[in-house]
Order: sequence, then C-alpha cells, then structure tokens
Amino acid sequence: MKKVAIVGYAQHKILPNAGALNEVELLMPVVHKVFADLGISQDDIGFTCSGSCDYLQGAAFAFVEGLSAIQTHPPIKESHVEMDAAWALYESILKVKMGDAETALVYGFGKSSPGNLDSIISLQMDPYYISPLWPDRVSLAALQARVLLEQKIITAEEMMAAVVESRKHAASNPNALITDLLSEDLYNSNNYKSSPLRALDCPPISDGASAMIIASEDKAFEYTDHPIWIEGIDHRIESSNLGSRDLATSPTIESSAKLLQLENINFDVAELHTQFSHELPFLQKLLNLGDVPINLSGGPLVGNVMMCAGLDAIGKTYESLVKNQLKHGLAHATSGPCLQHNMLVHLERQS
Amino acid sequence: MSETKTNLLEAPFELSYKYKRSSGPVMSKFFEALGDKKILGTKSKAQKVFAPAAEFDPQTRETLTDLTEVGPGGVIESWSWVHQPSDHHLLQIPFAFALIKLDGADTAMLHMISGCQESDLSIGARVTATWSDTPTESITDIKHFTLEL
Repeated sequence: MKKVAIVGYAQHKILPNAGALNEVELLMPVVHKVFADLGISQDDIGFTCSGSCDYLQGAAFAFVEGLSAIQTHPPIKESHVEMDAAWALYESILKVKMGDAETALVYGFGKSSPGNLDSIISLQMDPYYISPLWPDRVSLAALQARVLLEQKIITAEEMMAAVVESRKHAASNPNALITDLLSEDLYNSNNYKSSPLRALDCPPISDGASAMIIASEDKAFEYTDHPIWIEGIDHRIESSNLGSRDLATSPTIESSAKLLQLENINFDVAELHTQFSHELPFLQKLLNLGDVPINLSGGPLVGNVMMCAGLDAIGKTYESLVKNQLKHGLAHATSGPCLQHNMLVHLERQS
Repeated sequence: MSETKTNLLEAPFELSYKYKRSSGPVMSKFFEALGDKKILGTKSKAQKVFAPAAEFDPQTRETLTDLTEVGPGGVIESWSWVHQPSDHHLLQIPFAFALIKLDGADTAMLHMISGCQESDLSIGARVTATWSDTPTESITDIKHFTLEL
C-alpha cells in the first residue's frame, strides 16, 4: 500500500472565548493557510474529512456548517467523524492508502466556551449506568489519578512538574492559550476541583480550529523534498464499562506500541494528548519516553480545543520534525474518560 | 390577510424523544431489581461477576446472561471528591464520585458517596447503598452510597 505523508498543518490561535466568531470563521483562516503554504486550492484535494462534536454546538448536524469554510463546488468527496480530528486523519489515511485519493484535507474545530463542558462530556458516557449520574470530566479523570498515585505509578510532584513545565514550553508556542509561568508555591496553593486534581491540573476551556493536508508518496514530493511520513498509526478502544477497566495501566496503548514496534525507535520528540497533569508522567512511563522531550508546544494544559487537540498533537509533532529537522516523532491522541480510546502515530522525516 | 399574518411564523417546538427505548434483556432485569432494592450482576463461565450487570465480557466477548445478586455493600476502589458541586450534579453538597466493588462482584460500579467528609474516605473503605424513596427503575434508584458504620 502507498505511503502517506503530512505536507501541511495550520492551527488557529487558541482562544478562551471566541465570542461571536463562529466555527466557520475560526476554520477559514487555517484552511486558507494550509492551501497558501502549498500553493494549492480545494481543487487539488481528493478527499476532505473533518472532526467535530454536535453536542458542543447544541444542534444536530452542526458539523455540516463547517463545510462553509471550504469550496464545495464542484462537488467534493467528503466525510465527517463525531470524534477528535485525529480520527478524521485516520480515515483520510485509509482513503489515500487504498488509492481513492492522492491528497486529503483534514480539519477539526470546537468551541467549548458557550456551554458547560463538564455536563456536556457526561453525555458521551454509557446512557444507562453512567450518564444519569452526571459525572463531570474532571471527577472521572481524578478517579484514574488517584489509582496512579495510590499505586505509586506517578507522584504528586510529577503532576506539578507537568503543569509547571507546560507553562515554560508554552512561551515558544504563539498559539498557546496560557503562557503565564507558574511557581510551585502558586500551584500548591491552588484549590482542588475534584481531588486529587486541582484546577491547575485541568486543561483550560478553549476555542479553536486546525487543518492538515496529507499526500500519497507519489504526490508528496511535489510539495516538499522532506515529507514527514506517517510510518505507523494505530488506534484502539477499551470498554465503556469504566468499572471493569484497570485504570493503573492502558492495554490499548501497550498493544498499539507493540504493534508499531515503538520500542526499537529513538524518538527525538513526542506530543501527547494528556489533558490532565497525571496523564503525562503516566504515559511517559508507559511508553518508555524517559529523556524524550514531551509536549514542547505546552500540550493540552495550555490550550485544549475539543475535537482538535488530538490532531494538534500530531500537527505539533510534524512541526517539530520540519522546523528542527528531526528524524522520529511520536504523537498520541485520546478520547473518552480515563484515556479510554487511544491513537499512537509514528512520524519520520525523509532525510 | 393582515390579521393572520402575525401568526404565520409561529410553531410549537418541543425537544423530546417521541419513542420509548428498551433497555434489553439483561439491563431491564437489573433495573427492575433496583426497584426492589436489589443489585444484580452477571456471571461469566469463568465465574467472573460483572456489576452492574454487563451484557458481555469486554475481554472474552462472552455473552453474559447468568444474573446473580451482589452488594448492597462494597469497597471503594477509587474516588474523587467534588468540592463545589455544579448545577448538573445530583447532589448539591460536597460528595465523592467513586468506583465501588460490590460484595460478590469482580468489577466496580461508578456511583456517588455522600454523608461524609473527604478525610473519611480511603481506597478499601466499606460503603453501602442508600436507596431512593421514589424508585424509577433507573441507576438513580440508588440515591448514593454511604460509609458503613
């Protein structure tokens, strides 16, 4: 099957509250930017796929309006996932690998500011046993944090370090929402939201959009001499029966890592979709990332656009490889409570 | 014409589910039992008990139909303490969300713990179900769990 490369990526500056700026208006600049960077237009795109969540907009088929950001005449081949746009990328890769398209445009968008994200996220859970209890996303994440702390898989100091470091890294990310440095004292005096998670252990409410372009190996060299190949990609999901899962580990990440043979690769950089501070040291250890620089963009703790942050982890890894001429990058995207659904992506720069 | 014109753009709009949904052969029994203040789990061939009752074993994909009573007591496997409940929460005073492994079960159930302080809770602590006075055959027939005395 054909190899597939990422050849372009653009991200809107992450906003705390985009106000009257609607999803299409967030999306249009990034779509135009990826096209302009490559000197192409929608006419050069074989397949278009988006990721978003109608619940955020509070209307059925709200994702269709996203298409207003791109040119849809003459008619285009198009699809949508009600998931993070990382999964729109996955669908697009399959299309290109199967030879149905030579290029694909992937985009994601989300505004969390208009609603109450905690209550909205409750609705993604099992509708019989879990949703009626209205568990908020922070309390669910905190259940896993406590298991990891209690079993000494991570420490409270590592959680604090994840937050403090994310702020330092954000300084070099012009799109980051939070760039204020944070002292350990300030962290330690921060109130608990849902113990053992403090408010600062949680990602900020974020609005934004991102776009990416991928191309087949036949086409990629038309755009760049150094394509960033998607060498490996795998995603797996665990049971929706939260109480039957072992929250001290991640069988999905372990099997994806094994299948992609990640243990043999010396990664130069990694971007992980770790929305809560405890998830970073947890995945760092699970993936044996030891000294690998992680989340140099600051990661989700400094800007976490729902339905986009997973694609952004892949996009930021791509940007690191391009800008710093690095060889191997690892990206991770997730969805669901307590890292239920995980995707691992191995990117490699053509030397 | 001018008299009716004012009503032209008016229409009632009620957001609702216009259908009834069955909870299936396993979960319907679980919910009926809750109405009688009983908690049911399902047992696999390997004698693993899933509670609340699961329709299948996510590891082996075995269909589960063998119902067995569990609880109403159990132990805390993990918990998070909600310091300031939001409007959407069912309890409006500080409480815990918890994973509770009921007596006789091998998996945990998500529910709430109330009637205690954060410092009273620990992993392994025993809790028991407090029942709603107005059962509706839903998961909220268990009002919440409380620490066993």
